[in-house]
Amino acid sequence: MTPSPDTRLRRFSRAERAVHWGVAILVLILIVSGACLFFPLLSGLVGNRDLFKWLHTAAGFLLPVPLILAAGSAAFRADLGRLNRFTPSDWAWFRRSQRESGTLAVGKFNGGQKLAAAVTAGALLVLFGTGMIMYFAGVFSDDLQTGATFVHDWVSMALSILLAFHISKGLADTEALNGMMAGDVAESWAMAHHPQWVAEMTGAESQSESEDPATR
Amino acid sequence: MSSSGGAPVGRRVVLGLVGLGVVGVAAGDYLASLTAGVASSVSPAVGQVIPAAGGFRIYTVTNGYPERSTADYRLVVSDRDRRVELTYAEVQALPQSTITKDFQCVTGWRVEDATWSGVVLTDLLAELDVDLGGRPLRFTSFDGAYTESLTADQAALPDVMVATHLWNEPLSTEMGGPVRLVVPQMYGYKSLKWLDGIHVTSEVVPGYWEERGYDIDAWVGKSNGRSDDPVT
Repeated sequence: MTPSPDTRLRRFSRAERAVHWGVAILVLILIVSGACLFFPLLSGLVGNRDLFKWLHTAAGFLLPVPLILAAGSAAFRADLGRLNRFTPSDWAWFRRSQRESGTLAVGKFNGGQKLAAAVTAGALLVLFGTGMIMYFAGVFSDDLQTGATFVHDWVSMALSILLAFHISKGLADTEALNGMMAGDVAESWAMAHHPQWVAEMTGAESQSESEDPATR
Repeated sequence: MSSSGGAPVGRRVVLGLVGLGVVGVAAGDYLASLTAGVASSVSPAVGQVIPAAGGFRIYTVTNGYPERSTADYRLVVSDRDRRVELTYAEVQALPQSTITKDFQCVTGWRVEDATWSGVVLTDLLAELDVDLGGRPLRFTSFDGAYTESLTADQAALPDVMVATHLWNEPLSTEMGGPVRLVVPQMYGYKSLKWLDGIHVTSEVVPGYWEERGYDIDAWVGKSNGRSDDPVT
């Protein structure tokens, strides 16, 4: 099959993009306000501790909302299924030589994207849980609170590094970014990065047309 | 769907991280002191940049930090109609001591073996011929908001200090410099930062945090519903 550069493929539905950007804005607020509360040098520079505390807890409590709403999107659930399963090609992707060979049957998401998604999801769950322990201070013992603070601190720093990487990857590839901004990507780009997904899409045209009933 | 083939690694990673998180919370008390030990063996400065490495977490009750140079600094000590004003140099000219004690915050973090230098409060009062006669003290801060109190008995403890140095470095603005109060046996909020006034009062006047629900007698491990190891 010859890829035609002008053909656009639908990559993310409107609902999926809304979920992504909803979570992205909340996580950005959480990271910035959290950093202002946590790092002494930053705290002194920005002041307004009460404001950042309020922002941080409000965004934290809101975080599950877009994710729970996302469960109503068939496209989101389908992508969740794709992210969950690691094929032999996904494992092979982690070897640079294999990745650059261009022969891997990479689906809608490559191995790195799948791992990053799982780590992000796990980290957000841990941060939400430990955040709740810290917020409802009276309910938990002192030791558990110290433990929750310890985990919250280190996991948030690690996740921030992963997300900085995620953002830099997105900004470096305008086509990938367009997939999450406008929802579609060039077929040529998809053939180069996700050939197995293109095969899936073109092999089942009718399925891709009705991929997301939630957006109708 | 072909993409649904393969092992559910994503789910395992998520569950694995949640499991690690639970273990971390359960063992965090131990792990936190472990990382604090490692960080402080490198340099106390590590903890001052990344508090999770066992350093002080910095709180300020006003916007930003109040700044005062050592040249402009004044400490007022007052008792009824008597009022003494000390410069930074005059505070440093008083008998100097060094104490090494854990510093425990009411929110849970603890800095082990913080070494403070300055003048012990009883020495300062004796040098200025202030006789409490059982009366309490009220402490004020040049941030304009922070206040604290100690009873005469509490003020007589030998480790209550008017500190100018931490780990042999002059106190930074964030750490409450140039001069702060240190009350190691009580939760951190009693160790008032940016100290600019020591006033003998007729009764205990609840301080900033006490007006917000914290205990006036803030003994570590015996107040605020907490069970931390006491600082001795």
